[in-house]
Amino acid sequence: MALRQVSPTDEFIKGLWRDNPVFIQVLGMCPALAVSNTAINALAMGLATTFVLLMAGLSVSLLRNFIPREARIVSYICIIATFVTCVDYAIMAISIELHRALGAFIALIVVNCLILGRAEAFASKHKPGRAMLDALGMGVGFTVALFFIGVLREVLGSGTLFGVDLFPDGFQTWTVMVLPSGGFFAMAMWLLVVNWIRQREADAEKRANERAGEVAS
Amino acid sequence: MNDQGYWSIFLNAALINNFVLAYFLGICPFFGVSAKLETAVRMSGAVGFVMLVASVCAFGINLVLEAINAPYLRIISYILVISSTVQLVEMLMRKLSPPTFRALGIFLPLITTNCAILGLALFQTNKGYGFTQAIVYALGAGAGFALALVLMAGVREKLDLADVPELFKGTAAALVVAGILSMGFMGFAGLGR
Repeated sequence: MALRQVSPTDEFIKGLWRDNPVFIQVLGMCPALAVSNTAINALAMGLATTFVLLMAGLSVSLLRNFIPREARIVSYICIIATFVTCVDYAIMAISIELHRALGAFIALIVVNCLILGRAEAFASKHKPGRAMLDALGMGVGFTVALFFIGVLREVLGSGTLFGVDLFPDGFQTWTVMVLPSGGFFAMAMWLLVVNWIRQREADAEKRANERAGEVAS
Repeated sequence: MNDQGYWSIFLNAALINNFVLAYFLGICPFFGVSAKLETAVRMSGAVGFVMLVASVCAFGINLVLEAINAPYLRIISYILVISSTVQLVEMLMRKLSPPTFRALGIFLPLITTNCAILGLALFQTNKGYGFTQAIVYALGAGAGFALALVLMAGVREKLDLADVPELFKGTAAALVVAGILSMGFMGFAGLGR
């Protein structure tokens, strides 16, 4: 990393927007779609994933000089699975209702490509502090993305937000949004918004460059 | 113990609660390899096979874990056995069929982080299926995965020729297609109990 110095804030911010795990990298889609039928489920899933990301990032980074290259993936999976088991039992202890709503998807955090991806691509090459920052940024980005999808699905699908009614009685709920297909549609809608914003940014940058070119010539 | 009939388990896993379109399991390979029909077929073959092996392994592990009363080791032991199985398949494939290996190359290690496989193992344990029931469940899940992947690949090959708006290109269009497919699969809900 001698070539390009990245400031700690950038390390954190990049997970939120530029490298957002869900909207830009399209990683960790299974939980993003499966448990985002209400805002609260989405939030819980996001926080659980963030915790695992953070702890796995820290452990992998601390152990990076001890883990042999050949056995690294298996070691990472073991580390991740340990923390996921903790989270699974913790959620069961905190709220059995939430545990039932999220079902097997808490256990499935183990196979979230995002976590293994960050462990392999980032934490195994950086110091613990940086790894934690990166994990935190990615986790928050993931949580925010999940929350957005969850809000869209809950508001349109059930007409509520966090269980509170939003619309007058006449509102016809879009039942499809809480069904599995709604997950795909909600995600597609947010992707469109993100693509649109990115395109506008790119256009603006191009125009700015052209103008700078004209001035220079 | 669960006394569901074999046929009902199979239909349930393949159509009504399709792993990809109803449970959102295995979405990464679903979007990753569904751009071409041929790769999709090969990928679903690999996933189906790993599912079958994983299901048998999970059944064995569960017996052991229940005997020593350590359910908290379930996640970690499942994932370890499954990833070693994938390694085995990878080695076998490299030896027996190099062209297939080249075609699937980067996706085989990704089967390890395929939630469909671990999901299958966990669901079968949660539902308390017996040995044969578990095998039928794995076969059904594999068939359902293959069906979804091949359907999706067929649509996406056609989509390449269509004039899709710039913003929709890529993942967004694929997501909408998947959403519509998923709506179609909801029609199977009447089949089961």
